[in-house]
Amino acid sequence: MVCIMPSTAEAVAGVPDGAVVLIGGFGSAGQPVELIEALLDGGARELTVVSNNAGNGDSGLAALIRDGRVRKMVCSFPRQSDSWHFDAKYRAGSIELELVPQGNLAERIRAAGAGIGAFFTPTGFGTPLAEGKETRMIDGRGHVLEYPIHGDVALVAAYQADQLGNLVYRKTARNFGPIMAAAAKTTVVQVDSVVPVGAIDPENVITPCLYVDRVVAVPRTVAA
Amino acid sequence: MNGIDRDTLAKVVAADIEPGSFVNLGIGLPTRVANFLTPDSGVMLHTENGMLGMGPEAAGDQVDPDLVNAGKIPVTELPGASYFHQADSFAMMRGGHLDVCVLGAYQVAANGDLANWHTGRADDIPAVGGAMDLALGAKQTFVMMNLLSRDGSPKLVAECTYPLTGVACVSRVYTDLAVFLIEPGRVVVRELFGITFDELQKLVDVPLEQS
Repeated sequence: MVCIMPSTAEAVAGVPDGAVVLIGGFGSAGQPVELIEALLDGGARELTVVSNNAGNGDSGLAALIRDGRVRKMVCSFPRQSDSWHFDAKYRAGSIELELVPQGNLAERIRAAGAGIGAFFTPTGFGTPLAEGKETRMIDGRGHVLEYPIHGDVALVAAYQADQLGNLVYRKTARNFGPIMAAAAKTTVVQVDSVVPVGAIDPENVITPCLYVDRVVAVPRTVAA
Repeated sequence: MNGIDRDTLAKVVAADIEPGSFVNLGIGLPTRVANFLTPDSGVMLHTENGMLGMGPEAAGDQVDPDLVNAGKIPVTELPGASYFHQADSFAMMRGGHLDVCVLGAYQVAANGDLANWHTGRADDIPAVGGAMDLALGAKQTFVMMNLLSRDGSPKLVAECTYPLTGVACVSRVYTDLAVFLIEPGRVVVRELFGITFDELQKLVDVPLEQS
């Protein structure tokens, strides 16, 4: 049963040190910046963060990394023009990096939510990112065994939730939201607005409410 | 030995994409191919962050922070566009549903091995993104690059020295000096740009065949 939370601080309360936190977003699109900043204020340390990128600029995930809260990043594309906080920590050897091809990252998260024990994928076969992993030839093609990525907490940004926690997203900000919502023990979602039950056409629900635990409204001034 | 410029090369690639194809264009040089795809070709562009039917780069008040391409540049949507999550987006690639992807490269080997994600230098922060999924997911993987690197060494090689992105996945290499077809056991030169076959052969250590 979803809880509609009055503040971002209460929405992310209880995240313990050492937690595995799945954070949605592709660059800034769909990044739950206000939830991340509430997590920063909450003080949790030694986090393992799973997210496509390793922070942009000085806010959101970048701030969490800057303040030394992240022990390990699991991501596909850390290096960007504005990832200076991650770059500095990585070069100083104070953050661990598990680099995962983007499709494998997505499928490992999806597999966690779907109860899959592991899967063979052709992506990465014969490359340094498959070193040490079990491989198998399937239909004449090399495959690599990959395991699911479960989260203790998922932080997701969506466009709208109803009072039950059914979610819709906006454009390419959907990205990792639906699969991360399904892959964590506790899923926390920030939305532009919370609407009454029935206001979202059931045909249009992207993340059904059973995946969602906490919702908090964080209205945005930008976006249509 | 002058070769052709980037836009002329993008035009050559665009002309080789069948009407109605579903296509992913990689970050950098391949993005230019979009400028030469005509609307009546019916080609639909896929972007790995979760969209089919991507339109041109957004300008002015079209800019929407929720609508970006794989390079995180604001873009637009075309009529008939659709959005989907990351696992679906990569299922489209890995599942072989895209007709063509066009990627940049550090090196391509004579057998179609691709290296385009990491220089392997110790001080380099590695970033792979969707490159490995794209390289082997599409029905055809085209590479678009200058034949020679800045130091003059050829990027079409007998064996890649940079870390691999994918094994035997490239089918064509479009360069400023020639178009190469990677076929089982051989590399065929389809087209030359301001260079003779013999001059081209002297530049690369891979045995070439004329078409």
